[in-house]
Amino acid sequence: MSVRRKEIIGERVFVALCLIAVVLPLVILLLLLVDMVWDGAGRLSWQFLAGYPSRHASQAGILPGIVGSFYLIIVTAALALPIGVGAAVYLEEYGRRGRLANFIEVNLSNLAGVPSIIYGLLGLGVFVRVLGMGRSLLAGACTMALLVLPIVITASREAIRTVPDSLREGAYALGATRWQVTRQVVLPLAFPGILTGAILAVSRAIGEAAPLIVVGALAYVTFLPESLGSPFTVLPIQVFNWVSRPQKEFLANAAAGSVVLLVILLLMNSLAIWLRARLQKRRTW
Amino acid sequence: MNLSVEQTSESPPSSVLVRVNPETGQGQTILKSNVPVPKIKARGLSAWFGAKQVLREIDLYIYPRSVTAIIGPSGCGKSTFIRCLNRLHEMVPGARLAGQVLLDDQDINAPQVDPVLLRRRVGMVFQKPNPFPTMSVRDNVLAGLRLCGKLKREQADEIVERALRQAALWDEVKDRLREPGAGLSGGQQQRLCIARTLAVEPEVVLMDEPCSALDPIATARIEALIHEIKHQYTIVIVTHNMQQAARVSERTAFFLMGELIEVGETSRLFTSPRDRRTEDYLTGKFG
Amino acid sequence: MEKAAANICRRNSASFYEKIIEKLLLSSGLVSVLTTAAILAVLLYETVAFFAEVSPARLLFDTQWTPLFVDKHFGIWPLVCGTVLTSLVAMVVAVPFGLLAAIFLSEYASERVRRILKPALEVLAGVPTIIYGYFALVFVTPLLQKLIPDLAGFNALSPGLVMGIMIIPLISSLSEDALHAVPVSIKEGALALGASKLKVVWGVTVPTALSGISAAALLALSRAVGETMIVAIAAGQQPRLTLDPRLPIETMTAYIVQISLGDTPAGTLEYKTIFVVGVALFVFTLGMNLLSHRLVRRFRGKYET
Repeated sequence: MSVRRKEIIGERVFVALCLIAVVLPLVILLLLLVDMVWDGAGRLSWQFLAGYPSRHASQAGILPGIVGSFYLIIVTAALALPIGVGAAVYLEEYGRRGRLANFIEVNLSNLAGVPSIIYGLLGLGVFVRVLGMGRSLLAGACTMALLVLPIVITASREAIRTVPDSLREGAYALGATRWQVTRQVVLPLAFPGILTGAILAVSRAIGEAAPLIVVGALAYVTFLPESLGSPFTVLPIQVFNWVSRPQKEFLANAAAGSVVLLVILLLMNSLAIWLRARLQKRRTW
Repeated sequence: MNLSVEQTSESPPSSVLVRVNPETGQGQTILKSNVPVPKIKARGLSAWFGAKQVLREIDLYIYPRSVTAIIGPSGCGKSTFIRCLNRLHEMVPGARLAGQVLLDDQDINAPQVDPVLLRRRVGMVFQKPNPFPTMSVRDNVLAGLRLCGKLKREQADEIVERALRQAALWDEVKDRLREPGAGLSGGQQQRLCIARTLAVEPEVVLMDEPCSALDPIATARIEALIHEIKHQYTIVIVTHNMQQAARVSERTAFFLMGELIEVGETSRLFTSPRDRRTEDYLTGKFG
Repeated sequence: MEKAAANICRRNSASFYEKIIEKLLLSSGLVSVLTTAAILAVLLYETVAFFAEVSPARLLFDTQWTPLFVDKHFGIWPLVCGTVLTSLVAMVVAVPFGLLAAIFLSEYASERVRRILKPALEVLAGVPTIIYGYFALVFVTPLLQKLIPDLAGFNALSPGLVMGIMIIPLISSLSEDALHAVPVSIKEGALALGASKLKVVWGVTVPTALSGISAAALLALSRAVGETMIVAIAAGQQPRLTLDPRLPIETMTAYIVQISLGDTPAGTLEYKTIFVVGVALFVFTLGMNLLSHRLVRRFRGKYET
């Protein structure tokens, strides 16, 4: 066999290896997910979804987790969106290569790489202790808001950038102030992208457990949070609690809880895609 | 009486008209042509990028051990033409080809032809010097041989010196062989790329506007080196600079809007072009 | 005439309003600066308080970490070791898979294939880590125990492998960008010399994109170091100075979780230890992220002409 022929065969083998490298992890993930759904399907029922945790695995439910997660992401979004969009507007419309804007950007890119548990320590030190919120829903939401802030800012900036400069210039030429242009021209057009960013941020927040554990979300909660100041739990932490138990029966609960978490995530992402498509249709350029 | 056209075994081979005696099988040379056998023949060559046709039915012969220049205004298909000669054209997504290109009478687009092996016989120097950024001067020269797996360690130094001398670069870099190739000046980088191409010892060297990114002094150096090496290689040079074509080549082909308008001996083409359009281009009426 | 002149002069009330808006927006931007400052402040405050009771020498030179036992040792190395071990296992998986995936997507795949496979890989990064932790404990560990008989129930190998799968998209995405950024003229130059596509990829394209690929690897490593839930579930709670991935260990992140789940009152020494560990974690990840950004700027800057 000639050298060239060996080379050609070698190349084919290499491309096959590369394809395996792409496909194998996906196949493994799929198998693991199917296995998990199989294990957890037996525990899924209305009683599971509407029940409270219990010492008996078969009677345990995840309502506090679902409700807690729900409240948490609403408050998180309420905090993170105005600040995130405001920061994005400042960086794209007002700051634009100023030294201050640069400094903010450097901070943002560093913060995006900080492990989530460090945000937990931040929340513990500042929100729980110094600001006296205690181990409350509000402290958790503030912590998560800081965590997802870089995501909101990045997505909002991308969205703002897609608005063509010609539209801005047209508005300025009519005598509008910068804020008028921003509020009436840029933001409405950037809205689909900002919404997508919000959903991305919320998707990230709903899957997080570590920073909330540090801030003081409880693992065993038999009540629903009544106010911003009350203790709380979230779905991932409930699953974590079950996985950590030595008794095997709780593992099925953990699987079921994970399935619920995945379904919620899938719904949110589908919502994002659908919303995006619908809002894009309204575009006239 | 059987007449046939054959090639002699001289170098370069010439064409001869031979009469073969059917009984004895002996051949007798009747007529010998002064024109050598073409190294490359393009027959009815057409090329497209997607739906846009950029070359129309080109019929052009390239003769060995000489320089053929291809001139014409921007966008006339000159670069596309030479990229068809080493099968780089097909690497662009959506690119298409029709017609034939023959190297030593062998169709280079035939299914059994390996483009990789073709490119070891037909080398190319690009418009913008492209030395490999992670390699030293020495490694750049040897890169072609290394990538083809044909480098013999013991010969490396000798090959480097020979290629750099042919590219008229040896004296300037002989003390800097281990320095990064990208650290040289523009003209030096282009000569390095030429050395790299020559190190592989191709038969044909295609040059796509090799001097257009260089200053006049560097250009003159490269033209001088083309003069030196043309007796060893078949050179096809695309240039938008008519004077360069006149200085450097034996034959010139004029392209316009994807068509070959006229081809002929350089001095004849420049002094008495046969086609009106050639004359207009040469006198600067457009271009 | 006067009316026209008056109309183009600034109206104080409107411009005041604009200025307020601008300040508000600026303060939104400054929240991120405040966040960084707060992180530093919180970590350093508790760490300084810690060093008032425990000398830095004990942190750096002791080889045991037992702050909860009666005989307290505060050597941070077992925790660092646990983190390094799990992260290395993750990298051993993620780098080959990620790099080969990147080469395939950038150099060989058609546009159609790329459009399907690239987002598919991103899904790996979107699965919540708690679920990966479940996988590591419930599926991967028992499976590996069949292959490696003396594998402990909690070990560094399982969570390491699962983390590796999770960070593959990090490496493949950035590496693909780096490979794509290599100028076409360089690739064509190598092709024109008669090199096969494979030789062009490994001989020229990958070496040229090396700084970008290294940046990707550093970012992935930083992510693995900062990962919490997978190791908290599957790696164990036994700080140990070892390089054997079959044994239970504890990572820096898992220790913080362990203390947070317990009843450690605020202000105690044990409470302060989580901030000390946090500082170490922060310094490592920050260092790797900064280096990664520096490398990205280097490869971006080279070809942006």
